[in-house]
Amino acid sequence: MINFQYLRTTTSKSALSLISKDKNAKFLAGGTNLIDLMKRGVATPEKLIDINHVPLKQIELVGDTIIIGALASNTAVAEHPLIKEKLPLLAMALNAGASAQLRNVATVGGNMMQRTRCGYFYDTEMPCNKRQPGSGCGAIGGFNRMHAIFGTSEKCIAVHPSDMCVALIALDAIVVLANPKGERKILFKDFHRLAGDTPQLDNNLKADEMIIRLEISVNQLAKNFHYLKVRDRASYAFALVSVAAALEISADHKITEVRLSMGGVAHKPWRLTASENFLKGKEASATNFEEAAKLAMKDAKGFGENDFKIRMAPNSIIEALTVATSKA
Amino acid sequence: MEKRILKDENDRVDGIFKVTGKAKYFAEYALPGLTYGVLVTSTITKGKITTLNTKAAEKAPGVMAVLSHLNKPSAPGYEQDGGSPLKIFYTDKIFYNGQPIAMVVANTFERATYAASLVEATYTKEQFNTDFDKAVADAKAKKLQGQPDYKRGVEDAYKTAEVKIEEKYHLPIETHNPMELHGMIADWRPNNQLTVYAKTQGVKATQGTIANVFKIPNENIRVNSEFVGGGFGMALRTWPVEIATIMASKYLGKPVKLMLTRMQMFTMVGNRPAAIQTIGLGAKKDGTLTGITHLAFGETSVYENFTEGVVNMAKFMYQCDNVNTQYTVVPVDLGVPIWMRGPGEATGAFALESAIDEMAHALDMDPLEFRIKNDPERDQQRNLPFSDKNIKEAYRIGAQKIGWNERKNKPGSLIEGQWKTGYGVSIGVFNANRGRASVKGILKADGSLVLQSATSDIGPGTGTGMTLIASKLMNIPADRITFELGDSSLPPAPSQGGSATLSTVGSAVNDVCVALKSTIAELAANANMDATSNFVEVLKKNNLPSVEMTKQSQAGKEREAYSMYSFSIHFVKVKVHGLTGVVKVDKIVSVGDSGTIISPKTARSQMVGGAVGGVGMALTEESVIDHRYGRYINNNFADYHVPVNADIPEIEVHFINKPDPYINPMGAKGMGEIALIGFSAAVANAVFNATGKRIRNLPITPDKILAST
Repeated sequence: MINFQYLRTTTSKSALSLISKDKNAKFLAGGTNLIDLMKRGVATPEKLIDINHVPLKQIELVGDTIIIGALASNTAVAEHPLIKEKLPLLAMALNAGASAQLRNVATVGGNMMQRTRCGYFYDTEMPCNKRQPGSGCGAIGGFNRMHAIFGTSEKCIAVHPSDMCVALIALDAIVVLANPKGERKILFKDFHRLAGDTPQLDNNLKADEMIIRLEISVNQLAKNFHYLKVRDRASYAFALVSVAAALEISADHKITEVRLSMGGVAHKPWRLTASENFLKGKEASATNFEEAAKLAMKDAKGFGENDFKIRMAPNSIIEALTVATSKA
Repeated sequence: MEKRILKDENDRVDGIFKVTGKAKYFAEYALPGLTYGVLVTSTITKGKITTLNTKAAEKAPGVMAVLSHLNKPSAPGYEQDGGSPLKIFYTDKIFYNGQPIAMVVANTFERATYAASLVEATYTKEQFNTDFDKAVADAKAKKLQGQPDYKRGVEDAYKTAEVKIEEKYHLPIETHNPMELHGMIADWRPNNQLTVYAKTQGVKATQGTIANVFKIPNENIRVNSEFVGGGFGMALRTWPVEIATIMASKYLGKPVKLMLTRMQMFTMVGNRPAAIQTIGLGAKKDGTLTGITHLAFGETSVYENFTEGVVNMAKFMYQCDNVNTQYTVVPVDLGVPIWMRGPGEATGAFALESAIDEMAHALDMDPLEFRIKNDPERDQQRNLPFSDKNIKEAYRIGAQKIGWNERKNKPGSLIEGQWKTGYGVSIGVFNANRGRASVKGILKADGSLVLQSATSDIGPGTGTGMTLIASKLMNIPADRITFELGDSSLPPAPSQGGSATLSTVGSAVNDVCVALKSTIAELAANANMDATSNFVEVLKKNNLPSVEMTKQSQAGKEREAYSMYSFSIHFVKVKVHGLTGVVKVDKIVSVGDSGTIISPKTARSQMVGGAVGGVGMALTEESVIDHRYGRYINNNFADYHVPVNADIPEIEVHFINKPDPYINPMGAKGMGEIALIGFSAAVANAVFNATGKRIRNLPITPDKILAST
């Protein structure tokens, strides 16, 4: 058998001390992705550090900041009254992900850390630069219906599979990381990476760091929001494309604030900054939504089977904005 | 095993076992000394094994043997040349990617799994093709055949018709994917006595195949398969991996268990073959069909041929004097397909029933009206009357229940915001088979009845149906009747396939009950009792603890005088999102026309299951292969999309519930296939009605809706 050591720790300090000693160690939280990767021979950690007993499950309001512990389950977050009231976009995105059974054990930190669902990544007989740098990209010229249209590289066109992260990037979340020396904070948009020349790296988490919590400022985006997930079946399917939209609309129907992001289109959750800039201060109208959607598609590139996303994505942006702004 | 008891007709004899975990499936038999087999599979698609290094695996902890073509474990039937099944361990040829090339047996599953990863193979590779579309394009020059061509009247009469259509329809590979993984436990004992715990739709067929391969008498082989966690056709044959498991047990003299992984379910136990079909239809302007041409290509493997009834329906389902069909199978370098629910008829019905809708549209007729206009009075293919057919009534019921009058004939007429609503209809039909089966009945003085037959219950409710037939005939409460099945030592019955079990085994239940009643009447007469005396009293008076008899039953001359089919009508209402292309099935109404309904609950359940499978076929299911490598891409439950609850709306099921006067003593016909056949076309037709977009390439995923103009 491929043996591995299983350790359980109850503090983040000891977790960090354990992981910094061993580069072949991995944290085990919900395990909904890591265990699959181990079964498929894609991940072969020598040490699993079970952090489920580290007290990082808090969901609370401190001042005007919402704090979400890295080990809060997806269900706990999605069902929490505070989240439902203040960050309904996040709750909606979470509930669009996976299945109820998976959400019950999957954690916030694990959701951020999950790896792509690209079929070539999972089949060790196939080429994949993310799994085995230098082996090539199976998806380019192969089955790439689920793959990226933005920010792709010649090395990798995989997408990040999360729904939660699409909402978090829109909400300008801050990720708090702990390391043996202390803590550091990074913007959610800087957490995940594009594939570039190092597709094996999904994010900027360092080897001796762990995700501790998220911090999200209370905002005025809880009324006009929508998370649209377009998929092949109504549950337990990854997004073809998804759109998170949240807006603040003035009494005269002007957009005073807007956040837009997409999933299923890039190696990381994809923020639509140009579209946001265009919409700010403008009227919430079909024409403006269409223009915003058009702006979002600048630089989109299809790879054959995923060409349809170049049509589906702007349509979905329009739909998400329309639904978000039609809430009374 | 506790007795399977039926409390009332809305119950299932095995329901309580299934929901409490007491139903024991093949993999759960914990035999003493059980060992575990894990397969090593080919990583190339075509060629030959040049070296196979098993040394590291053999030395790994707990490993007892590594079986391969190098040590050829004994299977005398495999020594002979010829024969088409893939002879695992008897060939170094590779026919498809993922083909089993070795089996590691160890004392734990984990150890066997690890050791299997240590086996190293090298190959000489050959050019291959797994792309069915390409194979069909290349096949035009070759002389391939599937089944004999059929012609009635003028060939390709549609070409000169007043109104004609000619369209091409594509179906991808679908994989059965029952919840229960496939496999077997084999326990080969000295003196060539073999017990197997199998996942099979036919214990007798499995027994026969094993006897043939291992050259031992049938009586030496006991096949147990009491509970099966879904088959859908994939357990209708004994697969090479099962033979390999028995070889391993014989080789080691120990019981061996093999259970496939979900990934291996895509490569070792068959699939619904891909198909490309062309339908030509011709009609007069008044809507009279004047020509049907149905040409089909079906996928098969290079090492074994597989054919099915893709073009059957075109020959008799509509009144039409000019019909011709052609069915050709084209090999690709993949594992051999097998029947999947509805089998070829479901494949064919997608094309035919879509085309019928297209023709109705071309004629500017309501498709329901067009169907009714061309509904045949007689079976023109066989020139016989139908034994029982109530399609017009089924159309009427279904149309009323779905709200067909809300439908507009002009596509894209019903729009609410971004959602477009449409209605579709289709028909399903399948031969009402009846085979030969034996049932033993044991009537006991304690008031109970035991019935035994080596049939199967892969989920439709065989035990329940049989119990209800006997209960009605014998006037014995259902909870005093036990129906035993899934054991090859019981009286013989055919495999559970082709919607024939209720008709076939049910008739034998009927016959044995009739015989038991007459025996009781004789015994009553002998004891000077009233002929209507209760059998308990009669047996007691005669000092008999029980009477038993076995009856074999089969169809007679009636099958030469009548054309016998089961029918279904499917009505579907869908909503299609204009911007995203998402299709939501909003309502389903299926009407079954299959004679008397024996068990209302399990009959409804069959239709519901077929509708769910039909939604999968129409909207979500497709096994994807990267043809550069010949390997499946989406071989898991996350990426191969069977419908989930959220995809399934309200399903209404109705039955005509009139006895077929000729088919069998119960007047009842099977419905496993008709529940699915045609369904996918009803969805495609509804999508067209909603959007004006005709998708001829299943599954109808959102991208296809957006791409279609």
